[in-house]
Amino acid sequence: MINTLLIDDEPLARSLVAEYLMSYPEIKILQECNDGFEGVKAIAQHKPDLIFLDIQMPKINGFEMLELVDQPPAVIFTTAFDEYAMKAFEAHAIDYLLKPFSKERFDKAIQKWLQQRNQSEVKNTSTTLISEEIRQPEERNRIVVKEGSNIRIIPVHEINYIEAYDDYVKIFTQKEMFLKKKTLSFYEHNLDAAQFVRVHRSYLIQLNQLTKIEPLEKDTHIALLKSGAKIPLSKGGYGRLKIVLGL
Amino acid sequence: MSIHTSRRILLACAAWWIALVVIEAYALVITFGFTWRVALIDIGNINLLIATAGNVMFNSLRYYQPSPKNALYIFAGSIALAALCSFAHDYLMTRYFNGDEMYLRYLDSSHIIRGLFTWLMITIIAVISWVWFYLKDQRAGEKRDQDALKLAREAELASLQQKLQPHFLFNSLNSISSLAGTKPEAARKMIQQLSDFLRGTIKQDDQQLVTFEEEVKHLELYLEIEKVRFGYRLKTEMDYEPVINTCMLPSLLLQPLVENAIKFGLYDTVGEITIRIAAKRLNDQLIIAIENPFDPETSQPRKGTGFGLNSVQRRLYLLYARNDLMTTEQIEKVFKTEVKIPQPA
Repeated sequence: MINTLLIDDEPLARSLVAEYLMSYPEIKILQECNDGFEGVKAIAQHKPDLIFLDIQMPKINGFEMLELVDQPPAVIFTTAFDEYAMKAFEAHAIDYLLKPFSKERFDKAIQKWLQQRNQSEVKNTSTTLISEEIRQPEERNRIVVKEGSNIRIIPVHEINYIEAYDDYVKIFTQKEMFLKKKTLSFYEHNLDAAQFVRVHRSYLIQLNQLTKIEPLEKDTHIALLKSGAKIPLSKGGYGRLKIVLGL
Repeated sequence: MSIHTSRRILLACAAWWIALVVIEAYALVITFGFTWRVALIDIGNINLLIATAGNVMFNSLRYYQPSPKNALYIFAGSIALAALCSFAHDYLMTRYFNGDEMYLRYLDSSHIIRGLFTWLMITIIAVISWVWFYLKDQRAGEKRDQDALKLAREAELASLQQKLQPHFLFNSLNSISSLAGTKPEAARKMIQQLSDFLRGTIKQDDQQLVTFEEEVKHLELYLEIEKVRFGYRLKTEMDYEPVINTCMLPSLLLQPLVENAIKFGLYDTVGEITIRIAAKRLNDQLIIAIENPFDPETSQPRKGTGFGLNSVQRRLYLLYARNDLMTTEQIEKVFKTEVKIPQPA
């Protein structure tokens, strides 16, 4: 038995997939989800083998939803014309179906997935890779994180700095700290380089939070942020900071 | 212009200037029998003065380009500068060669020829500079024209895209595809609505004014289709008196506003939303307000107004030359857009 979820904010779009799936009695739809929040919960609860996922949905989009899932299932995207998304998942999703899609096209996607599944039971279509590629404009100005069972959307301008923490990063805002399973270099490359500077192997700071740079010892410096946080600067980081500040 | 070319030009000028000084000094030596020292000082000095005057000319023309009609300014300017140079030369040389009878006699007798020569040189420099800056301006102008053309083309493309709304179109087609399997009658109805809507979109041009009634009819087609797509989540409320049906407004003005409201209403919140559209006539204006719910906690304060709203603002400006006809505000959890359309008295 293969378990699947349909995640799309348009009911008719879901029922089309459900109808197409009728010719696959071995694939069972466990739940239909209206948005990414429901999607995250349903994935945690059912641990499906495969999901059908729309990109543009309320609150958080399909990519952001995937970021919040610990062990993402295989994904087939179903979406209308979307120039940003196209580039993003070309290489990495099992398949993407452009709405409206035919039954033949749908069958092809399912076959593709069944083949991949048979080749290696554990193969995960590396959803991490999918999200690494994404540079949709909206994702440059917000970060979605999970806090227990809550989902929080942090506007990028509220971030003071980001610190590397094993496989995670700690995202510091004025009042709070959030954990997110991402690398620091992901944010270094995906956030606006004019705003965020990698000042240390473990730190990325938001420039407008910077109040002062103080020498610490010979050749080492420390950055003071508005929040009072003190961030060590590496030699290279100090150099980068000076370049960005035009010193 | 690259640094490389400007350095080359500078070098060429310097070489030209040195050659000129040497040739003129040689002429003085063989004609009047001066020593090379005297000749070089005299010629060097006057040419230095000319170079300075030329530089003044060049830099003034950089900032002020007289039209051919005002060429008189260049003429007058070069005469004044030539006179200034001649007097300065006279003054400096008289002091420097005080007592050198032969030189002073020469200086006295060559006033007019030197003045004319100086004026000629400065005029040549002025004319060359004028042509130089004229060509440069023209090249910059050509580039500007090209840029403007490119921008216009991009704008046209964007407006075409917005008219066709690929996202809306493809999602609607997908809904029809879904209905075709289970409810063929509903599918047929939606195809009809979509066709009517597209026909309405294509036939109208930006300049045209339509009645409020027509605009609302078009809007309702759009809303019907969106309601099929989003099901129970989308509700709309219209609030207006039939008397305003005859008011005029630019065609397709409201649709991008409602589209924007639906987009942010539906994508900013989960669950059911209601879009409110209210219209009334106040004195000489038709006032239309569109409201959608949004979540101030999680949605970013919208910087500016978004693409759809910008294009509406731009259209209103082009039609009425006013920037105050569209306003937006956020009141707690409601985002409100208001447009005012001046009505003919």
